[in-house]
Amino acid sequence: MSSQFVWFRNFKDVLSSGSWLQSAIFTAVFSFLVAFLSIAISLFLAVRADEVVRGAKSYKTLLMWGYAIAPPVAGLLGTMLFNPLMGDLYILLNSLGFEFNHIENANDATFVVTLIAVWKQVSVNFIFFLSGLQGIPKSVTEAATLDCKSAERRFWTITFPLLAPTTFFLMVINLTYAFFETFGIIDVSTKGSPGGSTATLVYKVYVDGFLGADLGGSSAQSVLLMIMVSVLTVFQFRFIERKVHY
Amino acid sequence: MYQSKWRSITNHLILILGSLFMIAPVWIALVSSTHTREFLFQNGLQFWFGGHFLENYGAILFDSSATKGRVTALEMLFNSMVLGLGFAIGKVIISMMAAYAIVYFRFKLAVPLFWMIFATLLLPLEVRIVPSYEVVAKLGLLNTYTGLILPLIASATGTFFFRQFFRSVPDELLEAARLDGAGPLRFFIDILVPLSVTMIAAIFIIMFVVGWNQYLWPLLMTTDDQLYTIVIGIKQVYNSLYEGGQIPQFPKAFALTIMATIPPVLVVVIFQRMFVKGLVETEK
Repeated sequence: MSSQFVWFRNFKDVLSSGSWLQSAIFTAVFSFLVAFLSIAISLFLAVRADEVVRGAKSYKTLLMWGYAIAPPVAGLLGTMLFNPLMGDLYILLNSLGFEFNHIENANDATFVVTLIAVWKQVSVNFIFFLSGLQGIPKSVTEAATLDCKSAERRFWTITFPLLAPTTFFLMVINLTYAFFETFGIIDVSTKGSPGGSTATLVYKVYVDGFLGADLGGSSAQSVLLMIMVSVLTVFQFRFIERKVHY
Repeated sequence: MYQSKWRSITNHLILILGSLFMIAPVWIALVSSTHTREFLFQNGLQFWFGGHFLENYGAILFDSSATKGRVTALEMLFNSMVLGLGFAIGKVIISMMAAYAIVYFRFKLAVPLFWMIFATLLLPLEVRIVPSYEVVAKLGLLNTYTGLILPLIASATGTFFFRQFFRSVPDELLEAARLDGAGPLRFFIDILVPLSVTMIAAIFIIMFVVGWNQYLWPLLMTTDDQLYTIVIGIKQVYNSLYEGGQIPQFPKAFALTIMATIPPVLVVVIFQRMFVKGLVETEK
């Protein structure tokens, strides 16, 4: 193999190609969905698990073991459940009249990948939220119970603000997860199909660099990715953290 | 705390539903792996065990033709074990020593070195796959355990964890050790390491699971079947599911999935307390 110095041509090519932009938009939407949904679900479960007295330990174990599942394993389980031949979820969705087809429809494929990614991430968030909830002093929650009967209102005015540091931290973790670790899920489930509509930026680096042998273009994408991650990290730490009460 | 009965019932309902949501996919995979492929093909995925448990798992574990390669699931499990343990041990050793240097020594270039370590947090392996692959290939380490494990260890997550822990160790201990004539090495081995035993165990468990579940790097690195980890094996079996116009080997794919899942899940469940403590403390 030979190489030639081309200044910024690789970057120009990448940025002007529609497929990179498509992948960037998908990554943004996907990361937001995954972070938001998995945080919401696990916060909901953690609040309930914190209140329960009987069976609290069993619930905790049942909800946290998922941490140990590898992303490609989650991807495989998901594809099996959405297999057009015999996947229960595929059959269910179609019998409900959704005309669900993740192999040809980009939105349906996004739904499948998001569902798998959220499923895989719920347990991690759950562990952090539960330990965050257990760190809130009993005196505070008891005082709140005396003052306010509505459990929902107590949650939004007392518990949620006290959990803000945990939530903020989990947002960073979940976005990084959606950016990087979902590679295994995508590679086993949709492989970016249909037409690259479910390829995250990391998956595209892999496809272009290792399957397409475009090392220059792939490296340029890596650099762009790195810049995006750095900006994201700095931005989050500088601007969002200030608004959070510790 | 006062709780209405209604609230308590909905709590349990929600938690049971949540647990089912987590367990159902793995359960379906587990029971479906005990049926024949013809049965699954005709009747769809199953919700209860069939009678072919020993047959399917035996074939996968000991017969390399069942996994579509030249390697059995048993060998893949061994490779995963090597990767998991090697990664965990390497990570603990390197990050402890790096953190020791950062916390206890004042030397030239300490600040730039610290920032270099910090910068690796912004450079996960996924971002540097092409250069990392080049380096490993040029060192002739493709398809070796060293090449598989070493590049994964280069990240600062563990270092920060130990740094934080070492900072909480009182300075008096260092002074006392000095008075007794202990050098830097002695202080590290005889005082710091024993103090950090629970921390080491916690981070070891987490890193074992992370190492076991590695996917992208082994995928690039191992072109030789003999080095496939079980997670990579799943992909290979899955890829060949529809080959040759035969009835797809779903039960075997499921059996492999279950075998890849059991060891890390067991580790996490058995060492749950330590694991949760480690996870929550590390990431702060």
